[in-house]
Amino acid sequence: MWETDKTIDKAAQQMLKITAADGVATVWDRYEAQQPQCGFGSLGICCRNCLQGPCRINPFGEPKRGVCGADADTIVARNLLRSLAGGTAAHVDHAYEAVEALEKIATGDIDYVIKDENKLIATARQVGIETDGKDSKGVAKEVAQKALETLSGHEGEMGWLSAWAPKERVDVWRQLGVIPRGADREIREAMHQTSMGVDADPTNLLLAGVKQGLVDGYAGLKLATDIQDIIFGMPQPVKSEANLGVLNAEYVNVVVHGHVPLLSEKVLEWCRKLEDEAKAAGARGINVAGICCTGNEVLMRQGVPPATNFLGQELALATGAVDLMVVDVQCILPSVTNVAQCYHGDIVTTMPIAKVPGADHIPFSLEEADQQAEKIVRQSIESYKKRGSTPVHIPDERALIFAGFSVEAIIGALSKVNAEDPLKPLVDNIKAGNILGAVATVGCNNVKVKQDMMHVELVKELIANNVLVIATGCSAHALGKAGLLHPDATNNLAGNGLKAVLTAVGEAAGLGGPLPPVLHMGSCVDNSRIGDLLTALAGYMGVNIKDLPVAASAPEPQHEKALSIGTWAVALGVFTHLGLPPHILGSKAVTGTLTDKVEDLLGGKFYVESDPAKAAAGIIRHIKDKRHALGL
Amino acid sequence: MKQILITPKLCLGCRSCELACAVEHSLSKELFAAVIKKEQPTARIFVETDGVINLPLQCRHCQDPACVNACMSGALQRKPTTGMVVADQNKCVGCWMCVMACPFGAIAQDPEYKVINKCDRCPDLDQPACTVACPTGAVKFVEVSRFSQERRKQYLTSFAEEE
Repeated sequence: MWETDKTIDKAAQQMLKITAADGVATVWDRYEAQQPQCGFGSLGICCRNCLQGPCRINPFGEPKRGVCGADADTIVARNLLRSLAGGTAAHVDHAYEAVEALEKIATGDIDYVIKDENKLIATARQVGIETDGKDSKGVAKEVAQKALETLSGHEGEMGWLSAWAPKERVDVWRQLGVIPRGADREIREAMHQTSMGVDADPTNLLLAGVKQGLVDGYAGLKLATDIQDIIFGMPQPVKSEANLGVLNAEYVNVVVHGHVPLLSEKVLEWCRKLEDEAKAAGARGINVAGICCTGNEVLMRQGVPPATNFLGQELALATGAVDLMVVDVQCILPSVTNVAQCYHGDIVTTMPIAKVPGADHIPFSLEEADQQAEKIVRQSIESYKKRGSTPVHIPDERALIFAGFSVEAIIGALSKVNAEDPLKPLVDNIKAGNILGAVATVGCNNVKVKQDMMHVELVKELIANNVLVIATGCSAHALGKAGLLHPDATNNLAGNGLKAVLTAVGEAAGLGGPLPPVLHMGSCVDNSRIGDLLTALAGYMGVNIKDLPVAASAPEPQHEKALSIGTWAVALGVFTHLGLPPHILGSKAVTGTLTDKVEDLLGGKFYVESDPAKAAAGIIRHIKDKRHALGL
Repeated sequence: MKQILITPKLCLGCRSCELACAVEHSLSKELFAAVIKKEQPTARIFVETDGVINLPLQCRHCQDPACVNACMSGALQRKPTTGMVVADQNKCVGCWMCVMACPFGAIAQDPEYKVINKCDRCPDLDQPACTVACPTGAVKFVEVSRFSQERRKQYLTSFAEEE
C-alpha cells in the first residue's frame, strides 16, 4: 500500500499505481531520488549570492561565517527576504497582467469587457476617484492608472494599501517603517538589499520581509482580485464537482492550469463556441477542467470543475484522457511534457516567461486573445482525434462541491438572515460561542507531506470544534476532493454550534440545507478576500484584526508565494500556521523572531506544526485565548 | 565485509557527509531538532581538499591500527569479531597519542569532554550516515571485492579507449 503513503486522494492513488506500472516518473519518484536533501539548504545556511561562495555555515561548529563574514542569522534572513521577493513578484506580475487588461479595455483595444460595473465603481471610490458623470471606460482608465501607480510608483505610501488597510494597521506599519512605496521599487530594493555587501542586519532584513508581505497583500493579491472581479465578474455560489472523475473519455478534455484567468476565460469561451466542431470529430462535446488557481478562477466564476490540485497535475495527464493542457504561469511542473509524451495530449505554454521544453508555445497577447484561444481549442480537437487507442484510465472519483464564496456572496447569504445588518448574525454567533472562530486554510501541496492529508485532517478537527473554515488555492481543492465543500460535511462533521448557524444561513439563503463547513473563496490571489472579510469583521466588532478569534494556515506550503502571503497575514496581525518549516531553522534569531517576538510588533506570528491534531489544538488554543481577551 | 570506501573524484565538497555524521551522533539524531535544541554534535568524517581533489576521510578501521598500539589507557580497541576500531570515551585520558599515531588524521577531539571522537560506523544504522548522505556516491558502504571489481572495470574501459 505504498500509494496510500503518498496521497490520501483515492483518484491519485489509483493513478500512481498506473504510472508505477508504466515506469513513468512522477513528483513523488523524483522526491525519493532527491533523498537525502541537503541539510545546509534545509536550514537556509548556504549562500550563493556572490562568486566568492558558495558558502555554508556549520550548524554544529566551524565555520560560523561565510567568506564575506556573514553569519547564519544574516544568511538565513537574506535568503528568506529573497524568497519573499520571489513570491511577491509572482503575485504582483499576476496583478499587472490584470491591470494592463483593464487599461486596454478602457481604451477599447481588446475584446474583453467589464462584467462588474458595481465593483468598478466601488473600487474607484475607495481609491479616491470621482465617478459621477463618467462612463465606465473613463472610470476604468482612472482605476488602471491608480493601480499602475501602486505597481510602479516610486514615492509615497502605496495607494492600494492606503485605500484598503485598516487605520490601526497602517499606524503600526508606519511606526515600523515598513509601508511600501510602489511594488516594483520594493521588489527591486529587496534584491539590492540582499546582494553581496549590502544588508547584514537580520532585524532590518526581516522588516524588509514584512514590507514584501504588504506588497504581496495589496499590490499582488488585493489588486489582482479587484481587477479580475471587475473584468470577469464577482463570484457567486456555484455548484460543481472536483477530482479526476470530472474528466470524461467521450469528450475532448481541455485542462487549464496555472494562475491567471485572462487566457483561461477565453479558452473556456472558445470551448463553448467550438462545441460543434468537437462533435463533428466524434466527441460528445468539449469538457474543460481546471488545475491549480487558474482552475479556481474559472471555478469561482464559471463553475468549471477542478480536476486536481498541484501534486496531481501529472496524474491528470496519465489518465490518457487529457487532449490538451494549456498553462500560463506558476506551479507548472516541467515534467508535464514528459508525462504527456508517455500517455497522450498536447501541452501548450502561452506566456513569454513560462516555456517548457517539449511543449507547443502559442504566445498569448491581450490583443489577439480570441484568435489564440480559438487556435488552442482547435488544437485540442485535433489532439482528440489522435487519441486513438491510447488506454484511458479515469478514476471514478468526484465529489460534489460548492464554491464562489466571495465576500460579497457571503454577505449576500447573510443578508437573507438580516437584510439591514448582514454581519450581525455572524458576529452574534461568534460572540455566543456557536462559532468558536474562523480559520483560513490556504496554499499548496508539498510532496514532503502526504497529499491533502494536512489540509483535510486539520480542517476536520477544526470544524468539529465549531471553527468556521474558509479556503483558497490548492487547499480548497484538497478539501473539495475530500467532500468538505459540501453541505453533507456540515451535517456529518461539523460541531453542533457551527452546524446550527450554517443551517440557518443556508436555509434563509434558499439552499434548502446548510452552507458547507468550508467556504471556497477562490484562488491564491483571492486570499485578499480573506483579508477583506477580516477587515470587515474587525471593523464591525470595533476591534483590531489581531484581536479577532481567527487564524490562518498553510498546511502544506510549497511555493515562495505561500511565504509572502503568510508574511502578509502575520503583518495583518493573524496567527499563521505552517505545516512545515521554511528554510530558516539554521538561524535561532530569525526563527525566534518569526515564531515569537514578531507578535509584540505585529500581533501575528508564525506557528509551525506538522501533526494535524496538534496543529488544530494549537490553533484552537490561540482562538480561545483571543476569545478570552475579548471577554467572550 | 562492507567497508566505507571513497571515490575522491566524485566528491563535490558539499560536506553533507559531515553534517549527517554530526546529526547521527547527536542526542535527537534529527537535523532540525539537533539545531533547535542547540546540540553541538561533532562529525567524525572530514572533507579535505588541496583545491583539486576533495577527499572525505574517516577512520579506516585498520587491521593493525597504529592508534590502538599507541593507546596507553586501553580506550582504543580493535574488536576481532567485527574488525572495528572502537573508542571507549570513559577510558580515554586525552593524551592524544592516537592522534599523533594515526596516519590519516582520522581521530578528532570531542570539545566538551576533552576525549577522542572517531568513526564508530553508525552502530544503530544498516548503512553509515555519511554514505547515505552522499549525493554523488563518493562515499560508499560496499564490499571491498565489489569496489575493486568496479575499479578494474573502469581501468579496463580507459585502457581500451587508450588502445
